Amino acid sequence: MLNIKINDKSYQVEAGQTIMQAADKLGFHIPRLCYHPRLSIEGACRVCIVEVKGMRNYIASCAYPVSEGMEIFTNTAEIRQARRDIVELILNNHPQDCHTCERDGICELQRLTYAMGIRHRHFEGERKHYEKDISSTSVVRDPDKCILCGRCVRICSEVQKVNALGHAWRGFKTVVMPAYNMPFNESVCTTCGQCINVCPTAAFVEKSCAQDLFKKLDNSSLVKVAQIAPSVRAAIAEAFGFEAGSHCLEKELTAALRKLGFDYVFDTQFSADLTIMEEASEFLERLKGKGKLPMITSCSSAWMKCLEQFYQDLIPYVSTCKSPMSMLGSLVKTYFAQKIKRDPKEIVSVAIMCCTAKKYEAARKELYVDGAPAVDMVVTTREISWMIKSAGIDLMHIKPEEFDKPLGLSSGAGTIFGVTGGVMEAAIRTAYELYTGEPLIDIEINDLRGFKGIKEGKLEIDGKEIRVAVAHGLGNANELLEMVRKDKERFHFIEIMGCPGGCIGGGGQPYAGLNSLPLDESCLAARADALYNLDRHKTIRRSHNNPDIRRIYKEFLGKPLGEMSHKLLHTHYKPKEPKGIVPTEIQAR
Amino acid sequence: MIATQDEKSQELSSFMQKAKESDHPDSQLISILHKAQELYGYLDKAVMEKIAIEMNIPSAHIWGVATFYHFFHLTPRGKFAISVCLGTACYVKGAEDILKAIKDELKIDFGQTTPDGLFTLQETRCLGACGLAPVIMIGDKIYGELTPKKAVELLRSFYKK
Amino acid sequence: MSRYVITLCHGSSCMQKDSQKLRQAFEKELEKKKLSEKVKINLSGCLGMCSHGPIVIINPRYTVYGKVTENDIPELIESHIIKKEPFKRLAIEEDHLFNRFYRVFGDVKFFGKQMRIVLRNCGIIDPENMDDYLSVRGYEALAKVLTKMNPEDVIREVKKSGLRGRGGAGFPTGIKWELTAKENSDEKFVICNADEGDPGAFMDRSTIEGDPHTVIEGMIIGGYAVSSNKGVVYIRAEYPLAIKRLEKAIADARKEGFLGEHILGSNFSFDIEIRLGAGAFVCGEETALIHSIEGSRGMPRPRPPYPSVSGLFGKPTLINNVETWANIPVIILDGADWFSSIGIAKSKGTKVFALAGKIANTGLVEVPMGTTLRQIIYDIGGGIPNNKKFKAIQTGGPSGGCLPEKFLDTKIDYESLVAAGSIMGSGGMIVMDEDSCMVNIAKFFLEFTQNESCGKCTPCREGTKRMLEILTRITKGEGVDEDIVNLKRLGTMIKKASLCGLGQSAPNPVLSTINNFMEEYVEHIKEKKCRAGCCQGLFAYAITEKCIGCGVCKKVCPVAAITGEPRSKHKIDKNKCIKCGLCVKACKFEAIKKA
Repeated sequence: MLNIKINDKSYQVEAGQTIMQAADKLGFHIPRLCYHPRLSIEGACRVCIVEVKGMRNYIASCAYPVSEGMEIFTNTAEIRQARRDIVELILNNHPQDCHTCERDGICELQRLTYAMGIRHRHFEGERKHYEKDISSTSVVRDPDKCILCGRCVRICSEVQKVNALGHAWRGFKTVVMPAYNMPFNESVCTTCGQCINVCPTAAFVEKSCAQDLFKKLDNSSLVKVAQIAPSVRAAIAEAFGFEAGSHCLEKELTAALRKLGFDYVFDTQFSADLTIMEEASEFLERLKGKGKLPMITSCSSAWMKCLEQFYQDLIPYVSTCKSPMSMLGSLVKTYFAQKIKRDPKEIVSVAIMCCTAKKYEAARKELYVDGAPAVDMVVTTREISWMIKSAGIDLMHIKPEEFDKPLGLSSGAGTIFGVTGGVMEAAIRTAYELYTGEPLIDIEINDLRGFKGIKEGKLEIDGKEIRVAVAHGLGNANELLEMVRKDKERFHFIEIMGCPGGCIGGGGQPYAGLNSLPLDESCLAARADALYNLDRHKTIRRSHNNPDIRRIYKEFLGKPLGEMSHKLLHTHYKPKEPKGIVPTEIQAR
Repeated sequence: MIATQDEKSQELSSFMQKAKESDHPDSQLISILHKAQELYGYLDKAVMEKIAIEMNIPSAHIWGVATFYHFFHLTPRGKFAISVCLGTACYVKGAEDILKAIKDELKIDFGQTTPDGLFTLQETRCLGACGLAPVIMIGDKIYGELTPKKAVELLRSFYKK
Repeated sequence: MSRYVITLCHGSSCMQKDSQKLRQAFEKELEKKKLSEKVKINLSGCLGMCSHGPIVIINPRYTVYGKVTENDIPELIESHIIKKEPFKRLAIEEDHLFNRFYRVFGDVKFFGKQMRIVLRNCGIIDPENMDDYLSVRGYEALAKVLTKMNPEDVIREVKKSGLRGRGGAGFPTGIKWELTAKENSDEKFVICNADEGDPGAFMDRSTIEGDPHTVIEGMIIGGYAVSSNKGVVYIRAEYPLAIKRLEKAIADARKEGFLGEHILGSNFSFDIEIRLGAGAFVCGEETALIHSIEGSRGMPRPRPPYPSVSGLFGKPTLINNVETWANIPVIILDGADWFSSIGIAKSKGTKVFALAGKIANTGLVEVPMGTTLRQIIYDIGGGIPNNKKFKAIQTGGPSGGCLPEKFLDTKIDYESLVAAGSIMGSGGMIVMDEDSCMVNIAKFFLEFTQNESCGKCTPCREGTKRMLEILTRITKGEGVDEDIVNLKRLGTMIKKASLCGLGQSAPNPVLSTINNFMEEYVEHIKEKKCRAGCCQGLFAYAITEKCIGCGVCKKVCPVAAITGEPRSKHKIDKNKCIKCGLCVKACKFEAIKKA
């Protein structure tokens, strides 16, 4: 323990931590901007400066370790003015369009400006101006709003190991951009949207189609069909000011969508069950020698793009199953269209997703059904929350409603798809029974839960040891896939999710609230618990026990991996340019 | 003899091969970019992408490095690079006037190349020839004790070369 | 055995003035006169007298000749070597310290006001000839260290010498070595920072060009002291000659067993690699330099951890600049006691400065710490030319400050310069006379640092930009009352809040000129007047009585601001005039003046 003083009061703190960490625990919240607990220390914004007795200059508290006898001042008149001026300097090189900005009211820079008490500008001058990059299906990059905190660069390189973004040029002309200032859609960007999650301003936002959707909803000649991803329901309450995990608004959201003008509201969890039927069957086939092992899951769209650019040699190992979203979209345009006797062209299929990469997935030509997209539009949790607010719907007091049939009933296995390890857990619940004919008793597989980067598990199926592994976030995926490259025998079945925490940490989830940080682990844990709770309270917890799944095989699909399944529920991947590079040595700086 | 594109590419590859055998291959990036610029005159996207793939360094990192340092050019250079020294001594002795005279004569700004591909204008930090201030460097030769008039005459003498 | 030695300055400046051709001409002439056997031609590094170049020194007599051309050679040889009389027409006769130095050729003792320790061999030996270096006790210090001293002894000696880092901040070198030495690591690095970037500074380039082996020897000794086996010289790509000489010196040293495995038969192995910079001033900052060697953008990072704990590739790393390294062999050879007898209180030894600007003798000077600014300007630099009045001296380059007349008796040492409002810096020294506008000078330096800011931290990236905008406004005559307050407010904040040394010192030129030349700022802002006549927005051209009415100015004026009848005095319409200056250049009678 060390003795230090903060603002003239004595405290004992543990050694080996930074001034900021020590201060946080003592209830001093030093303002900050470029700091993020999951990322390396940048020390760039200088907002977190403090005075330390005996030091000539201010000290960035995020980077400086506490030491014995240190006397720290976090709130002197001088430091307050310096901090204020620093934030003003950032503000002076930032567009003055807060009222018309996507992040108005939920912007970290705005909050800081307010907290610093900037009511007047002293140092206005030239402001940077660059073109917005709207080329990507998923992410819009607006360098004018960038304050160069570097969080996006760090998450893209350190957590995701994608390295799509970097600082280019220098000094006042520094811009965060993809290599060669190429349009985003021609870069290695996997569209995971984590840059949006960590951006304190609106320099990265999703490519919104909310306005287009409003137009479609007004069109009475169309059949408007929605599907909701598992993790949307776990997180949407946060966009309405509630603590993460405090409310799981599944049925409320269903009701709200109907109020918005959707004719049918289906559940992506239904097709998650369907995915399990197909994927578990595919796995068992491969286990019998038909196809390569380990089999790697294919639900995550960011991972799909990543595979095709970064891990082209592993394409044969990846399951051919489409994602639950695309499976449901395919069924809406075929099975469901037949049921309601409408031309698929008259149906607008909309997916409410926690994800920005799903926008990219929906645009992939190989997932089209009869020449038209299976999913016409993808809106994120953030976009749908805005639409609900904009339409004047009171989500918190709305009367809950059930999903529509026949694509709305799901098992608990489908629910946990939203959390890292969930797909694997769901697949095991079914594969075990399909193979042995006996139901798996202990269906909550704790080895596969939690936020460890790479989770491993073992189970015995008919005396045969099956080794599985789970990775979430593309950086962890890289580590796991390197193991696979070295030793193909080590695992039989692998789950990969593109985002940290799985879909609950997706790039389309609500921005962090007043007192939390994006990708905060406690926030992810709360969202995960919401989904595990839903699962626990379901009577059906295994995909193959879902009666509507049985019905659709009977009425329409035939059997898993059958001809119809092959046509509607499976796809293929091929190498794409530019080739992605995961460096072995260079770390982001 | 002028090296063909293939030979240049080959030379760059063998340079990188050597870099890869060193203790910290990635740390050789700046030398590799120097080499590439020496071979091609500037760094274009195709060359940087080649370096990215052969060295296994992300393109965004290479782009970041190439744009950070003044020494690297991302567009083709003129036959003669004119560096106007804007170091202190030259500044004090009237480098700004020289610069203006050159800009007026060539009708280009910093970083630009004349349409005939003859001159590229660039600014430079102190060239270390302060005793001769104000100086400019054309190619790798320093011309000192210039006046605006002398500078223009100097440029005109290059048209003949 | 040669009886005469002709030393040709082979520094960048003289080389540009064709000193290479001189060598051939000398050889030809000597051949013709059948003197080749009797006379040896030596090439030296920068002799520091760039304004008189090309420099030739003939020994014995140690006469220094300046501005020598090919045509002068026959006469020169005839006079000095055959008739044994100095060739008066080209000899630099003035009682200049530079001359005195060469009269005691090779004798490293206190003399005059200059004292050459770092530059002791520059101009005396042929930098490309290893034997020359060995003849001036080269690598003796290394031999002494390897045979008679253990690493702790070496560190103790360096600590005792009182040597401080010559790159700017003046951190005690011995302590830096000790910190690196005490780290336990399988691998450590020694770096020589040769990324000299201050505009107007060329001490390090000249040292390497003139005496590369000294730097190499210093680094090997450093490696031995901190148990490192790998040295890296990080040098500006803009210094091709220095790079070439360093490469040769390293290769020669390797051949002779001073570098490589088992140096001089000991158990110590050490080798040096050269890494080129690529044009980024900020790479002089140690963490930025490390990132650059690692192949990344040269962006600094917060310290701690300091490089002595975690530096290049995360390993303990000892970084010193060229001048610091060049001091090491002498300290070992002649002892810490001797070294610390030079200089004053907390600043020991000498410092090399690159003297430039409005001064008679520009070039390199090396003086003992404690010499006053006045001595450098007047006794060594020869004062201000053209009978102009001294206004300010700028030390420390863009990180330093501008000191007015009243500080001229300031002694050169780390603390005194800081107390006066400037810094030692790496050694740029620029003299300004009454024709220099201090606001404009402040703007110039800030423009430099602003352009060189890496862009990482907010105060430096955004703050220097705003300061520059304010200064630009002032020099255009658009300044407002709050400008000075705002400059000070921003400047003080940027100094204290920036991430690295570049930002922490960027406001210095502005703050020091505000402190020392406030009246000029006030004049610019309130009276819209620039007393030096530098700021374009603040002066007007007028035609004086010298005008004979030739009409040339009228013709060249791009905006037709000049009117007048032939053969009568012309007039400039101040409202139309864009101050392009074309008329001034065109007028053959010097009739157009700034007013």
